[in-house]
Amino acid sequence: MQNLIFLAEGTEPTEGGHAPENPLGFVPVEFALSLVTFGILLFLIWKYVAPRFEQTFAERTQAIEGGIAAAETKQAEADAKLAELEKQLGDARHEAARIREEAREQGAQIVAEMRETAQAESARIVEHGKAQIEAERQQAVTSLRAEVGALATGLAGRIVGESLEDEARQSRVVERFLTDLEASNGAASGSVN
Amino acid sequence: MFGITMAESEGGEFLAPGPNSFDFSEVPLFHIGGLAVTKPMVQLLLGAVIVFVFFYAAARRATLVPGRLQFAGEAAYGMVRNSIGRDIIGSKDYAKFVPYLVTLFFFLLINNAFASIPAIQFPTFSRASMAYALAGLSWVIYNGVGIHKHGLLGYLKLQSVPSGVSPVMYPLLVPLEFFSNILVRPATLALRLFANMFAGHLLLILFSTGGLFLLEYGGIGYVAGPLAWVLAIAISFLELLVQFLQAYVFTLLNAMYISGALADEH
Repeated sequence: MQNLIFLAEGTEPTEGGHAPENPLGFVPVEFALSLVTFGILLFLIWKYVAPRFEQTFAERTQAIEGGIAAAETKQAEADAKLAELEKQLGDARHEAARIREEAREQGAQIVAEMRETAQAESARIVEHGKAQIEAERQQAVTSLRAEVGALATGLAGRIVGESLEDEARQSRVVERFLTDLEASNGAASGSVN
Repeated sequence: MFGITMAESEGGEFLAPGPNSFDFSEVPLFHIGGLAVTKPMVQLLLGAVIVFVFFYAAARRATLVPGRLQFAGEAAYGMVRNSIGRDIIGSKDYAKFVPYLVTLFFFLLINNAFASIPAIQFPTFSRASMAYALAGLSWVIYNGVGIHKHGLLGYLKLQSVPSGVSPVMYPLLVPLEFFSNILVRPATLALRLFANMFAGHLLLILFSTGGLFLLEYGGIGYVAGPLAWVLAIAISFLELLVQFLQAYVFTLLNAMYISGALADEH
């Protein structure tokens, strides 16, 4: 503790031999020094420090605002692109639906046409068949008539050639002829119907 | 080391610290020409150097993405710029006052902090004349700004004639407003700063030297002495707060005076 006091004595005010100073008193040297020191410091800060900080602040603000602006532009572009793609997708869906509808209609039309054609064809075939059958029947009837004549002529010849006394044979021959005739007639009408 | 003024050889009588603890005129550190350079003067210069070196180093290579030092400098600068300058003076006019406010705040802060920095331990602005200088400068600045904007008569009217008051009251209020806004402000600025620094330092000296005296006195002093030192430590922390607050208040009031001088007519 003694040492501390001795140390202090060199630089600290001591109970000296001068009158006590008024602590509120005006000391011109200190006043002037304070003004000058502060003035120089103010000048240095104003000249070398403040502009750099302000410039940095401004640059930073600009960088942030620029970044935001760029991001907004990008966002707008992305939105536009998305809208365009959605529109294209919508168009494509619409187109696909339209094509499908068209294909369905065409298919139905084709089926209807085919059915019509097939029906016409079948009707035509049936008609043709009928006509052919009719023709064949006519032909058969014609040829039958001719054959019946010939047959009758032949039969008559044979009947005439046979002994008249044979009553039984006579009737049997006639009988057989008629049966044959009926059989052929029945077969012909069966094929027609 | 505090201004130890007690003299133990005087038969155990405790000499309380007083204004003499702040008078360095008898113990100048050195002389320049005929001028005795005292400790507070050196502190003043040292404070200015510290403030400038810190800010210059922080701002020297200012980049968009700040380094550690630049960040600290920007935070310090930005605090005064935004919370004192912009918020009080308003975003229209504040920019040109920022260097002044920043310089003022940190010059005061460092010089006040000298009261708590070991081996210095003396608040520069407990020298009243130094506080007068800054207060005087403030007075010149805010009045100058006001006169520059409104003209001398306009400014005096702005500061002296209260708005929203019946003219009947003018004879009473105008002198009062003039007195309060023009004459008293620099005095209160200087005295507030000076008195806070002076009283805080005095209190510290008292508790420190008193504790020492009590210890050497013996008896109850062996308890009271260390207790006084504990209190001295507590007061030191209080002083740290006061040092900051006084620098802040001084700067804040400057900003408010400037803002008032710039205000449009009500």
